[in-house]
Amino acid sequence: MTTYIIRRLFQLIPVLFGVTLLVFLLMHLTPGNPAQLIAGETASQSTIERIEVSMGLNDPLPVQYVNFVTDVAQLDFGYSYRNNTPVFEEIKPRFWITMELAIYSTILSIFIGLIAGIVSAVRQYSVRDVTIMIIALFGMSMPNFWLGLMLMNWFSIQLGWFPPTGWGSASQIVLPVITLGTAGAAVIARMTRSSMLDVISQDYIRTARAKGVHEQIVIYRHALKNALIPVVTVVGLQFGTLLAGTVLTETVFSINGLGRLVIDSIMARDFPVVQACILIISVIFVVVNLIVDISYTLLNKRIDMD
Amino acid sequence: MANQNIEQNTDHSEVELQAMNVKKPSPWKDFYKRLKRNKAALIGFYTIVFLSIVSIVGPFLLSMDPSDVDVINKFSRPSAEHWFGTDHMGRDIFTRIVYGMKYTLGVGFGSVFLGAIMGVPLGIVAGYYGGRIDSFIMRLIDILLAFPGILLALAIVSILGGSLVNVTIAVAIYAIPGFARIVRGSTLAAKKLEYVDAIRALGSSDLRIIFKHILPNVSSPVIVNATLYIASAILTAAGLSFLGMGAQPPMPEWGAMLNDGRDYIFDAGYIAFFPGMAIVIVVLAFNIFGDGLRDALDPKLKN
Repeated sequence: MTTYIIRRLFQLIPVLFGVTLLVFLLMHLTPGNPAQLIAGETASQSTIERIEVSMGLNDPLPVQYVNFVTDVAQLDFGYSYRNNTPVFEEIKPRFWITMELAIYSTILSIFIGLIAGIVSAVRQYSVRDVTIMIIALFGMSMPNFWLGLMLMNWFSIQLGWFPPTGWGSASQIVLPVITLGTAGAAVIARMTRSSMLDVISQDYIRTARAKGVHEQIVIYRHALKNALIPVVTVVGLQFGTLLAGTVLTETVFSINGLGRLVIDSIMARDFPVVQACILIISVIFVVVNLIVDISYTLLNKRIDMD
Repeated sequence: MANQNIEQNTDHSEVELQAMNVKKPSPWKDFYKRLKRNKAALIGFYTIVFLSIVSIVGPFLLSMDPSDVDVINKFSRPSAEHWFGTDHMGRDIFTRIVYGMKYTLGVGFGSVFLGAIMGVPLGIVAGYYGGRIDSFIMRLIDILLAFPGILLALAIVSILGGSLVNVTIAVAIYAIPGFARIVRGSTLAAKKLEYVDAIRALGSSDLRIIFKHILPNVSSPVIVNATLYIASAILTAAGLSFLGMGAQPPMPEWGAMLNDGRDYIFDAGYIAFFPGMAIVIVVLAFNIFGDGLRDALDPKLKN
């Protein structure tokens, strides 16, 4: 087991290398000279050259890459083109807003998804099962930004139950979390259902039933434990999707999180901020998936660790 | 020498034919039978066909133009004249949705086709040759997968600039990992089939084995994946346009229309309602059809 964990940690190295390289190249592939962007349209040639030198833009690319990674490792993401403030300072207050949004939405989608999936599987092809699965299909097929707009229209504007924008108070959290969590809940419900059905058809469940074990205990103690194993992986992937989905949800509800910062910064061609946000979200996603992978193997002793 | 080659080739064909005969109890007929039993999948399929026809024929049947500005009638609520109402410039929303259909379907089909063209060969090469090539390709795929959801597409569009074509490219790149992984798995399985071994032992070239024997075996997971992927490609593309990173106004693209509608959500919610509903219907059709295809093509995954 320890060797497996160590090997998975080693596999992280090429991925992190690739991610940092791609994000680094993002800035260099983008048309336009960063020094020009900082100095402004009217800057003289000598000003631009001075900025180029101070930013190290004339160094060979590999040298620039190594410098970039060294800086990033110390949480130094450079300076924002727009505000000339350290990128890290721009990100810090917004980071937790986005994490809160993603984590609450993940919890909501796990909670609803598990219940719906189990309830469906227990009575396969019943009216209840079919209804839940139709709702789940709709949940998967809805653009979350549209759902957000509709929820806002109904519950904020027409009914006045929740404030339409912002983040912080309990009532402000409700609509964005439902918006972001719905698709995840749908995916988890479908996965839980099919995983439960798989397990229920297995021999040991039949044995348990034949022994006369109470049906509730068969389902919740014997079946659920094993059925949850594949669901864990889906939850990990869903967390990543939700993290990226904050871009849309934050735009709809005017929440000042990382997601909106990415969009505003792309619009303003403020690439150090774009770089930093994409890098942070990806690294979190990679680490979360590593944790999920490891817990998956811990949960499922039968899995082949090669 | 030339003679020998010809002889060998005929030999192969016979072995191959035999192998095919043993292996296939006509899978397509079987598949169609199973698909027909799945009512939901058929509804999905016919919806897709219907919408595709509408996207081509629809514009010729409409009397209005999607960019006809009519300031006097702006913000008209849905009525007999304007079924879905008019937007902030008095443009007919129903007309715009019909005209926008081709963009939505185009981005969906286009990006998945492009993604498959890049992802399928990568998966086959990785699975078929194994070893270092395999680990190299799979590491590249891992790197692409490290950017969750819409983020990779967003990063790509931020480099390429916002347009519908660039969105298609971005979503295609985001589709590569899925195809590569699935195809690699199926290739590994197909490589182990006895008849493939037999054909290889007879000296058939790698290319021939890949095209004649591996490819047919990976085609059904690719088709299932492609169908389901079109659904999420359409959602991603609409999302990018909604953020202002994709189709630019005045193009009647649904995501861009939703972006317009967002500004008037307080007074005229229907402007955002109808384009979103259109997206839901298209995506739902692909999801239902994809689910049905998976059940029909992969009986192991039934339930």
